[in-house]
Amino acid sequence: MTTTRPRHGKINLLFGGEAGQGLQTIAQILARMFMNGGLHLLATSEFMSRIRGGSNSITLCAADHPVRAQSETIDVCVLLDKDALPRLKSRCTADTLMIGDPTLFGPDSGMLSLPLTELGAQAGGAIYSNSIVCGYIARIIGWELAPLEAALAKAFSSPELLTKNLAAAKLGWDHGATTSGRFDLPPQEKKADQLLLDGSQAVAFGALAGGCNFISSYPMSPSTGVLIHLAKLAHTHGVVVEQAEDEISAINMGLGSWYAGGRAMVSTSGGGFDLMAEGLSLSGAIESPMVIHLAQRPGPGTGLPTRTEQGDLEIARYSGHGEFPRALLAPGSPEEAFACAAHAFTMADASQSPVFLLTDQYLLDTLYDLEPFKLPDSPPESQIISTTMDYRRYAAGPDGISPRGIPGLGNGIVRVDSDEHDEEGCITEEFDLRVSMVDKRLAKLRLLKEELALLPRLHGTAGYRRLIVGWGSTAPAVEEAMKRVKPALTAFLHCVQLYPITQALIDHLQQAKEIIVIENNATGQFARLLRAETGCNMIRQWNKYNGLPFTVDELVALLQQEVNP
Amino acid sequence: MSENRYQRTGCDIAWCPGCGNYGIAKLLNEILQELALDPQQAVMVSGIGQAAKLPQYFNLHHFNGLHGRALPPATAIKASNRNLTVIAESGDGDMYGEGGNHFIHCIRRNPDLTNIVHNNMVYGLTKGQASPTSPRGLVTPLQVDGVILEPFNPLAVAIALDASFVARAYVGYAEQTRAILKAAILHKGYALVDILQPCVTFNKLNTYSWFEAHTSPLPDDHDPLDRMQAFALACEDDPLRLGIFYQKEKPVFEEQLAAYADDRRPLFERRVDLSRLAETIRTAG
Repeated sequence: MTTTRPRHGKINLLFGGEAGQGLQTIAQILARMFMNGGLHLLATSEFMSRIRGGSNSITLCAADHPVRAQSETIDVCVLLDKDALPRLKSRCTADTLMIGDPTLFGPDSGMLSLPLTELGAQAGGAIYSNSIVCGYIARIIGWELAPLEAALAKAFSSPELLTKNLAAAKLGWDHGATTSGRFDLPPQEKKADQLLLDGSQAVAFGALAGGCNFISSYPMSPSTGVLIHLAKLAHTHGVVVEQAEDEISAINMGLGSWYAGGRAMVSTSGGGFDLMAEGLSLSGAIESPMVIHLAQRPGPGTGLPTRTEQGDLEIARYSGHGEFPRALLAPGSPEEAFACAAHAFTMADASQSPVFLLTDQYLLDTLYDLEPFKLPDSPPESQIISTTMDYRRYAAGPDGISPRGIPGLGNGIVRVDSDEHDEEGCITEEFDLRVSMVDKRLAKLRLLKEELALLPRLHGTAGYRRLIVGWGSTAPAVEEAMKRVKPALTAFLHCVQLYPITQALIDHLQQAKEIIVIENNATGQFARLLRAETGCNMIRQWNKYNGLPFTVDELVALLQQEVNP
Repeated sequence: MSENRYQRTGCDIAWCPGCGNYGIAKLLNEILQELALDPQQAVMVSGIGQAAKLPQYFNLHHFNGLHGRALPPATAIKASNRNLTVIAESGDGDMYGEGGNHFIHCIRRNPDLTNIVHNNMVYGLTKGQASPTSPRGLVTPLQVDGVILEPFNPLAVAIALDASFVARAYVGYAEQTRAILKAAILHKGYALVDILQPCVTFNKLNTYSWFEAHTSPLPDDHDPLDRMQAFALACEDDPLRLGIFYQKEKPVFEEQLAAYADDRRPLFERRVDLSRLAETIRTAG
C-alpha cells in the first residue's frame, strides 16, 4: 500500500452525483468531521437548476491551515452516479483516487470499490449511503470514527436515526480498512469556538447584528438562503418575515417598515431586483433607508440560476429612475459578508439612502470554517427621533440629512411623498424648491463616500507598480494565487465598497503604472465604473463568465503568463 | 370640509370642481372626528392618481408611495407597529390595475387595515383612458372603438378570496357611505370599501344620474355572513348593489407573526439582543 501525502497539508475531495442524492448532507457532515478534527475546510458546490437528477458536485477541501479558495487538483473523487464520471473526469488526474460502486461502474473500472448498493442494503436502505461514504472517507485518511460520530450527532437529533447512521458510518469505515492511511492528514486539537457556516448564514447573522427586524422577499436562487435563515430566527430574534407576492411588493413592504420604525432588508437576485428598480427609486425620493441584498447569478434572463457571476454591479449602480445617492458593498469572505451586512444597516439608517449588499452564488453557497464573528459592543444606534409639533420631515440639515421621525413617536406629523415635495412632505411643483430638494438628496452622498465608507484592502507590497483590483468573492482566490506566484512589484487591492468610490481607492489607482481589474463577468463592469468615475484609462481586464468562480490554479497561470512572463 | 384637527389648512386642492373625491374626503373627515382617532396613531397610505392625493389634505401621517403600490407598505406599516390605524386609499386604476397582484395577496394576508378604492371607472390623471372597471363599450381617447375587456369585479374577487370585509358605496349617498366607511375602519382585518364616484371630466357615461339609476341597496334580508349569497349579489351588474356584502372574522396577519409571539412592542422600540445573537451563531456554527 502506497501512502500518498496530500499536497501542502491538505486534501481535496470531490463528490459527484444527482440532485437529491445527498451531496449537501455528505459535505455538511464531513465538513463538521474535519472541524471536529481541528482542521480547516472549504466546501464549494456546483449544481444544476433542478430538484432531482442532473449531475452536481461538491468539492470539499480540508487542510491543517486556513483555506478560503478552491484548487482544481482533486485527490479523491467519489462518484455516486454514472453521469458524474464524464462531467468530473477532466478535473481528475492519474493521481486522483477514483471511488465508485461496482454495480454502477462494473468490476473492471479501475476504481476503488465502494459497494454502496450492497452496504446500503445492510445499513437499512439507500438513504444511509451518505453516512457510509462519510465513514469510508474517515478511514482512507486514517481517522478514527469519533470526529465523524460527533458530526453525525449534530446532524441527526432523532436517536433512532442517529443510531442507524452511526452504524452505516461504521460499515463504510470498516470497508475502507484496505485503503486506510492513503492520506496523511492527522486530526489536530479541536478549536473550541470555530464555526461552520455558509455565506448566506454570514449575511443573515450580519443583518441581525445590524438590527434587521424585517425582511420581505420573493424566493429566487441564490438569494433565498438569507430569507430562510432569518425565517428560522424569526421567533428568537423578533424578525418580521414575509414571503411577498412579488419583488415589487417586497421592496415596497421594506420601505413601509422603515417608515414605521422597522429596519428592513430585501434579499433577491438580478431578475427579482429588476422588479425592485421602481421601489429603489422610491427610497431615493422619500429618503428612506433600505438594505438590498442582491445575490448575483449569471444572466441575462433566467441565465444560469444556480451558478455564479458578478454581472449585476451596473444594475445596482444605475437602476432606478432619477438621481439619488446609494452605496454598494461587495464582501469577499464570510467575515466581510457579516461585517458588510451589519454596516449596510448603519449606512442606510445614517444616510437615509438605499445600500446594496452585492454577493454571489459562490460566496453564499460555500461552506466555511471561521473564527467567531466580532459582534459590536452595543446594539446599533437607531437614528430615529421623537418628533415635535412643528416637525418637517424634509427640513434642511447638514449633509442633506433631515432628522427622521416615524408615526407614533412624538407629536409631529410624518409625511413622505414620492412626488417632489416641500419640507413638510407635501406635493410641490415649485422649481426653486425642486432644485433645493435635489441638492439636499444628492448632498448625502458625501457621507457614503467619507464617514460611512468602507475602505479597500491592499495585499502585497505597498511599493507596487502593478495593481490587481478585484471586488466581492474573487478576493480569496486572488490572494492565494498572489501568495503562490509572488509577482514582483505587484499588489492586490480588494474593494469592498464599489460605490461611491473612495479617495483611498483613487489614491491606490494613481500609484499604479499598470492596473488589471479581475471580474467574474464578461465586460468588466467595475473596470468601466472605475474609468468613468476616476478617468483612469490604463485598466486591463481579466474576466471569467462561464458560470463558475475563478480557481486559484487558473489565477496562478494568469499571473505567471501575464505578470511574470 | 369643516375646520378640525384632521384637516390640513391652506392646501391648493388638485381635484376638479364637482369631483366625487370631495365627497369622500368630507365623509372621511367626519368619521375621523366621530371616532376621535389620535392623529399621531393614524397613517394614510396611497398610491398615485387624483384619488391618491387625498392624504395631502389631511392632518395625518402619510405615505404617498408609488402607483399601484399602496397595499404593500400599508401592510408593512401595520406589521411594524400594530398600534397604528392604517388606511390605504387610491383609485380603481391604481388598486385594481397596476396594484392588482398586491390587492389579491393583501386580501389573503388579511392585515388590519381599511382599503378605500375611489372607483370612477376611468383614468383621470392620465386623462381619460379606460380603467379596469370601465364598462364594455366605453369610448376613450385610447379605446377608440370602445372597451372590449370584461370589467374587473373587485367585490366578486374579494369575496372569492374570502376577504374579511367587502362593501360597496356610492358617494352620492352620504349617509350609507359614512356608515359603511365607519364599519370598515372599526372592522378588525382587511376591509375593502369600493366607492363609486363619477369623474366629471373624463367619464361622460357613469355620471351622478347614471349611478342613481343603476345602483340599489342590498336586499333587506341579505346576511353578510352568507358568502354564496354575497358572491351572487356581487356578480349582479345592473343595478350595482350597495352595502356590506360580506363580513367575516378571521385571524389578522400581523397578530400571527412570530416577531410578536413573545413581544408586543412595535419594532422601533426593540434593540438587537447581542448576547442572544452570539449564542445563536455559536449554536448554528
